[in-house]
Amino acid sequence: MDTTTFETEPTYGLRRVLGQLIPYVLLTISILPIVIGYVWIFVATFSLRTEGLLPKDANGNIGGWTLQNWTFLNDPAVWRATLNSLIIAVGMVVGVGAISSLTGYALSRMNFTGRKGFLSITLILHAFRPEMLLIAIFQVLLFIGGIPVIGSLFGFNTVGGVALVMITLDLPLGVWLMKGFFDNISWDMERAALIDGASRFRVWWEIIIPQIKPGLAALAIFTFITGWNAYLIPFTFTVGSKVANLPVLLNQFSGDTSLVSWNRVAALGLFQLIPIIIFFIFTQEMLLNIYSGGTKGGA
Amino acid sequence: MRVELENLTKRWGDAIGADGVNLEVDHGEFVAFLGPSGCGKTTTLLMIAGIYKPTAGVIRFDGQVVNKLAPKDRNIGMVFQSYALYPHMNVFQNISYPLKLKKVPQEEMRKRVERVAEMMGIGHLLDRKPAQLSGGQQQRVALGRALVKEPQLLLFDEPLSNLDARLRLSMRSEIKRLQLDLGITSIYVTHDQVEAMTMADRIAVMKDGKVQAYDRPEELYDRPRTLFIAGFIGNPPMNFVDVEVVQVDNTFHARRQGLDLPLPADRGEKAAQDRPVIMGIRPEDVSIADEGIAGEVYVVEPLGRDDLVDVQINGAHLRVLADPALNLRIGDQVKLKINTDKVQFFDPQTELSLLWN
Ligand SMILES: Nc1ncnc2c1ncn2[C@@H]1O[C@H](COP(=O)(O)OP(=O)(O)OP(=O)(O)O)[C@@H](O)[C@H]1O
Ligand SMILES: [Mg+2]
Repeated sequence: MDTTTFETEPTYGLRRVLGQLIPYVLLTISILPIVIGYVWIFVATFSLRTEGLLPKDANGNIGGWTLQNWTFLNDPAVWRATLNSLIIAVGMVVGVGAISSLTGYALSRMNFTGRKGFLSITLILHAFRPEMLLIAIFQVLLFIGGIPVIGSLFGFNTVGGVALVMITLDLPLGVWLMKGFFDNISWDMERAALIDGASRFRVWWEIIIPQIKPGLAALAIFTFITGWNAYLIPFTFTVGSKVANLPVLLNQFSGDTSLVSWNRVAALGLFQLIPIIIFFIFTQEMLLNIYSGGTKGGA
Repeated sequence: MRVELENLTKRWGDAIGADGVNLEVDHGEFVAFLGPSGCGKTTTLLMIAGIYKPTAGVIRFDGQVVNKLAPKDRNIGMVFQSYALYPHMNVFQNISYPLKLKKVPQEEMRKRVERVAEMMGIGHLLDRKPAQLSGGQQQRVALGRALVKEPQLLLFDEPLSNLDARLRLSMRSEIKRLQLDLGITSIYVTHDQVEAMTMADRIAVMKDGKVQAYDRPEELYDRPRTLFIAGFIGNPPMNFVDVEVVQVDNTFHARRQGLDLPLPADRGEKAAQDRPVIMGIRPEDVSIADEGIAGEVYVVEPLGRDDLVDVQINGAHLRVLADPALNLRIGDQVKLKINTDKVQFFDPQTELSLLWN
């Protein structure tokens, strides 16, 4: 691929073997606790109870494999919540990605009145905790709810409304991140493309965006995780299980009335993790795809 | 294409990039913008390219005002110091990008890219990404990309300054050759006066956003109109000494302590003032001789073919090109002979030449 690696000269004999082995051994030891944790979660979700990493049945013998921790998958409410979570997460990835990469480009490259003010306000906005804004957002959602058609999609107690709020709250960070990535791209390359005959939009899309793909991928992963794990906003602005997303529903599940089964909680946790892993696998190629070379010095 | 710049000015608030630039470039001419860092060469070039909007002034291509024309409609090619290749595209895609934007048919595009790549000697590299090329190869790709759309005007912004000295030398003659063969009007920005002298038909010497002089290289070299031009053009640079020019009987003499130089009548007459003036003399116009002005060797810098010898004459220093066979050492006593047909004189206040204004 296009990644630049430093090729090291091979050395020979025992020193070489040791030299290559030692880093691996050290790294393996240091990540062992985390790996064990994940193995436990995996084992636990398929067993009645566990002692250490070993699954045990009711009599304390090894065994006791079961699928009963996963029975929540039969509940249609879980699937509806999963869908809602996906809508919020994907909506955030698309919304935040598109708006930040356009806004970030404009802020990085174009000179317009109010640019400085916009930049500092964006930064200050990011400092606001969402908790501080809940009531104001509630008023806005109620207002949107009153508008025909749009209201039923993005008003109070809709998945769209939650997605909208989540996108808005994530934009300041996204815009700043993207602006930073654009700032690092040489002006000359953009000028060259303009002279070659590209329109401003094509320059953005064909020349600049391909080079900040790793940045876009990172932003996508962060916003996906934020959207997927969102709790406060969906919890505040939705009522009932129809529009609840996964974290809200799960919280209802492990409510204060029933005894907590850690193995069930582990199963729920693992279930929640799956989309994030899938999403990461798809974006990591992009994440690691860093171009280099082709320009020297220059502003 | 004929290019005319009229009072071209670019300001950002208080910062001045170009300050009333006036010049014209004839069809097929190769013009160099020469000047120290920050003098406004790039700014002027980017205004010609349409990237910067001029604050004031007019740009004309073949008589047509193009101030409002977008870069893509100006039919120009540009080569950047930083190469500015598109790192995610391979060499073929880089060179063909201007054609792709012009919607040139696939088959013709391939032919034209291959022809240009062949001409630039990078035909075997078409599948590589820029990161897999050497600096010289990258610069050839950049040149190819500028040439492929057959522009009417080529703009170069210090294209060779990131290359090593030898490669710079060969690329220099290659670009010059190419420009002659294709006959494309070219503007070439550089701060390397050797590059400007060797390549350009005319040189615009710039300083602080203004064009100080615009003339043929020999003209700038032999008849510098300002102190700045005299010092900037020529390598090693011209020597300057404060002298008084006086008339004794019928001849003019340039005098200072330890130095009394009879001058040719025409130069002496113009240089004679009632106050001290600055005398300029190039190192190659001074030689070590048996008879002449007495001095002491202060520093010797071997340049290979010649030694650059700094000779001290009563507090004044003159750099002289000397034969290495003389084997001069620091502290040696020498005699200097000055070719007075080549001396220049400048007014210390206005820094204008007393001979050529
Ligand atoms: N975008 C800008 N905003 C403000 N000032 C600028 C801008 N671009 C250039 N300048 C100023 O304009 C002047 C000329 O700059 P320019 O880049 O044209 O110099 P140059 O002759 O190309 O120098 P170099 O040889 O270092 O490339 C400089 O003093 C610079 O600081
Ligand atoms: Mg420059």
